[in-house]
Amino acid sequence: MPQQQTVCPSCAEPLGPDDAYCGACGHSTAEPAGTRVVTDARGPGATVPDLPAAGPAAGTCVHCGAAGLAPDGYCESCGKAQPKPRDHQERAMAGVAGVSDRGLRHHRNEDAFTVAGTSLPGGRPAVVAVVCDGVSSSARPDEASATAVDAASESLLSSLERGDDPTAAMRRAIADAARAVTELAYDDKNRARPDGGLNAPACTYVSAIAADGLVTIGWVGDTRAYWIPDDRESAEPYRLTEDDSWAARMVAAGLMGEAEAYADPRAHAITGWLGADAEELVPHTVSFTPHVPGVVLICTDGLWNYAEAATDLAFFVRADARTQPLAAARSLVDFAVTAGGHDNITVAVLPITPGEPEHEPTLLDLPVQRPAAEAAPAPQGHAATLPDGPPSAPPAPPAPPMPPFPPAPAPLD
Amino acid sequence: MASLSKPNAPRFDVDIFQNEYLAEGAREVNAIVTVTATGGGTSAGRLPASADGGDAAVVIMIDCSGSMDYPASKMRNAREATAAAIDTLRDGVAFAVVAGTHEAAEVYPGGGELAVADPSTRAAARTALRRLTPMGGTAIGTWLALAQRLFESRPERSIRHGILLTDGRNEHEKPADLQAVLERAAGYFTADCRGVGTDWEVDELRRISSALLGTVDIVAEPSGLADDFRAMMSTAMGKQVADVALRIWTPANAVVKYVKQVAPSVEDLTGRRSGAGPRAGDYPTGSWGDESRDYHVCVEVPAATVGDEMLAARVSLVLPRPDGTADTLSQGLVRAVWTDDLASSTRINQQVAHYTGQAELAASIQEGLAAHRAGDVDRATAKLGAAVRLAHVTGNDGTFRLLEKVVDVVDPKEGTVRFRKNVSEADSMTLETRSTKTVRVKR
Repeated sequence: MPQQQTVCPSCAEPLGPDDAYCGACGHSTAEPAGTRVVTDARGPGATVPDLPAAGPAAGTCVHCGAAGLAPDGYCESCGKAQPKPRDHQERAMAGVAGVSDRGLRHHRNEDAFTVAGTSLPGGRPAVVAVVCDGVSSSARPDEASATAVDAASESLLSSLERGDDPTAAMRRAIADAARAVTELAYDDKNRARPDGGLNAPACTYVSAIAADGLVTIGWVGDTRAYWIPDDRESAEPYRLTEDDSWAARMVAAGLMGEAEAYADPRAHAITGWLGADAEELVPHTVSFTPHVPGVVLICTDGLWNYAEAATDLAFFVRADARTQPLAAARSLVDFAVTAGGHDNITVAVLPITPGEPEHEPTLLDLPVQRPAAEAAPAPQGHAATLPDGPPSAPPAPPAPPMPPFPPAPAPLD
Repeated sequence: MASLSKPNAPRFDVDIFQNEYLAEGAREVNAIVTVTATGGGTSAGRLPASADGGDAAVVIMIDCSGSMDYPASKMRNAREATAAAIDTLRDGVAFAVVAGTHEAAEVYPGGGELAVADPSTRAAARTALRRLTPMGGTAIGTWLALAQRLFESRPERSIRHGILLTDGRNEHEKPADLQAVLERAAGYFTADCRGVGTDWEVDELRRISSALLGTVDIVAEPSGLADDFRAMMSTAMGKQVADVALRIWTPANAVVKYVKQVAPSVEDLTGRRSGAGPRAGDYPTGSWGDESRDYHVCVEVPAATVGDEMLAARVSLVLPRPDGTADTLSQGLVRAVWTDDLASSTRINQQVAHYTGQAELAASIQEGLAAHRAGDVDRATAKLGAAVRLAHVTGNDGTFRLLEKVVDVVDPKEGTVRFRKNVSEADSMTLETRSTKTVRVKR
C-alpha cells in the first residue's frame, strides 16, 4: 500500500488523499518500484545513485509475459499480482543503508524501514535507521509498519535536531510510533474500524541512532539489533536487544533453559508490539559507545531466523560492511532469501568508526545501559538485564558487574 | 464507482466477502458477492424523479383453463387480483392483459398492442376483465409467445416484465415447444410466476420463472391472490434498470465452477453464461430496483506457489449498450493468496459457509420431497432431517416453520424428524416452492 503523502515529494505542493499526481508539477505520488533512495536534504552526505528498477518493462506481466496489465496491478491473462514497490526496497546514504525484501513465501512485504540523517545543534551529523515488522495476524500489518516507521523517523529527527538526549529521543519516537499505529485501528470519526475479526493493526519496532560516537538502540517486540565489529577475532559480535517473546520471557524468568524455550512452538510468540491492542507499551532502550570500528545491524526476524546468534550472523556480514553498508545489507537479504526466504526480510546497516578517543582508554567496547534515571522501566524479565551475547560466547564483561561501568560519554548537553 | 447517467437509476455497489488465503496446492476460491442497488425510484419511499413509467411495459397472463372454474371463486379472485395489479400500475407504463388457455387471447387492449396506463385505460382494462372466463386447456408457451409479441410492439420500452398465473400443468403443449418459447423470451423480458391451488407443478413453474429471472410462489388460497398481485406489481414498478449482467473475468486456465444467486433465493446461473470477451462471461440478473442480492462465485484457479497472489475473478455489474459494448456499473475483486500459515488458510468465511448451508438446505428439501413422492420414506426423512438441521443452524426461521408443517421435529440440532400424518398438499407444495428462499447472515 503506498504511503499516503500529504505534500508532493518533488515540489512540496499540498496533496489531497486521492491525488495520483501533483497538481503543480505533475509528479506521480506513487513510489517508483524498488528505487526509492532517500534524498533527504538534511542528510549529512551525498546519496548513492538510484538503483535500477526491479520490475520488467512496464505493461508486461512478470509471470507469464502477457502484454496486458490492469490498472490495479493484476495481469489480464494469468491474474497474478505484479511486483509492488514495497516488494524490494533499498535506501542508502552516507553513514547508513537498508534493504527490505518480500522474501519467497509471503505475498506482500509487511516490513518497512527508513534511513535518514540530520545535524545535531552543534553541526555534527547524526544518522538514524528504523525497521518495523507488521504482525501478520493483525489487520493491515503493512500499513502498521509503514506508519510506525514514518512517525518514528520524523520524531527522531526533530528530537535530535533540537538537541535532545538520544535515549529520550528514542523513547519519544517509540511513543509517537505507537500512537500512530494505534490510530490506524480507528476511522476518522474515532470509531473502531471493522477488520474482519482480525486484531488491530500492529507491528514490532527497532531503531538505531548513531551520533557523536554514541549508538542508541530502541525496540519493542522481536525485531533486533546486533553489533558486528570489523575485527571479529579480537572483538565479539553482540546482540544488543532482548526479544519481547515468549521464549525470552521464559528464559528470563528462569522457568526454562534457552534450548527448551526456543524449541517450544510458542517460542516466537511476541509479547510486545505497537498497536491499539498492545496491553502496555514497554519501550526498551540501550546505548553504548563503540571503541572499535564495526557496524550496527537492525533487522527483522526474517533475517535473524536464519542466523540467530550474533557470532553466526556475523559470519554472513561482509568484512567490508562498514565501508560498503548497502552491499552488506544486500548480501544479508540475499542470504536470508537463499536460506528459504520464509518471511519478509529487512536489514539496516549503520557503519561506526570511532573517532579520536574522548574517553578513558580503559573503557571496554561493550554495551552499557544508560543510567537508571534515563533507562526504560524494564518489564518483567528485562529488569536490569543487559542484552545477552550469543549463548556460546563467554560472558564478555569482566567483573566488576554492569553498573560500575562508567556511562558512555553523553554526546551533548 | 460509475453510476448511470439516468438521474433516477440506481447506483450499484459490489462487496466481496471471502477468505483469500489458500493452503499450498489449494485451487478452489469461493466468494460471496453482494450487489446492492440504491438511489433508484423506490428508495426512502419517494417516487422517482421522472415517475412517468415511460420505460416500463407489463403483460399480465391469466390462466383461463376450465379448471379455473373449480371452485368458481378461483376465477373471480383471479379477476380481482388482476384488477388490483392494474390499479398498481404507474401512469405511463405500457400494459396488456392476456387470457391463457390452450391458446392465448388478448383481453385488453387488443390489436396486438400495449395500452399506456392512465385513469381511463385502467378503468377500461378493469371492465375488459369480464372477458376472463374459464374454458379450454393450458399451453403456457402460447401465452408467453403472445406476451413477447406485445412487448415487441413497443421495443423502446426497456424494462419488460410479465406476471403469469396458472392453476394447472402445462398439458396442452409439448415440453419442447415451451422450451423454445422460453429460449426466445429469456433476456427479452422477465416474469414472476404464481401457482394458485395445488394442481400445478412446482418444477415446471420454477423452470419458467428461472428462465425469465423472476420469482415463483404458491397462492394456495385464491382469496390471497389480490394482495399477492398488488405486491408483485408494486415490486415490478420499482424496477429502474433492465438487463443487468454479472460479468466474471477469470485468469487464463481458471474455470468458473459455479455462479449462484444465493439471496434472496437460490438460483443457479452457471449454465446461463454468455461469452463477453477474453476470459470473461456474462450471467444475466434481470432488472433491478432498490434491492440487494448475493451471489456465490466459485472459481478453480491454476495452482500457484506459497507467496503468490492472484486475481481469481474480477466481478462486475455491467449494463449492455445497443452497440455491443457495456457500461461497467461497479466491480469487485476476488483474490487468491497462497500461504503456509494454517491459521489464515483454514479460516472459514462466515458468508461463504452460511450460503453454502442455505443452498444445501434448498437442495435437501427438494430431494426429500421428490423421494417422498417416489415412496422412498427413509430417504425423504433423512433429507428433510438434514434440512431441519440446516434451517436451524443457519437461522432460516421461515423455512424451518414450513418444514414443521411437513415433519414433526424431534431434535432440530441433530436433524431428527418424523413425517407427519396427513400432510396437506398445500403445505408440501409451499415448502417445495419456497425451499429456495434464503436468509442473510446476521452481522
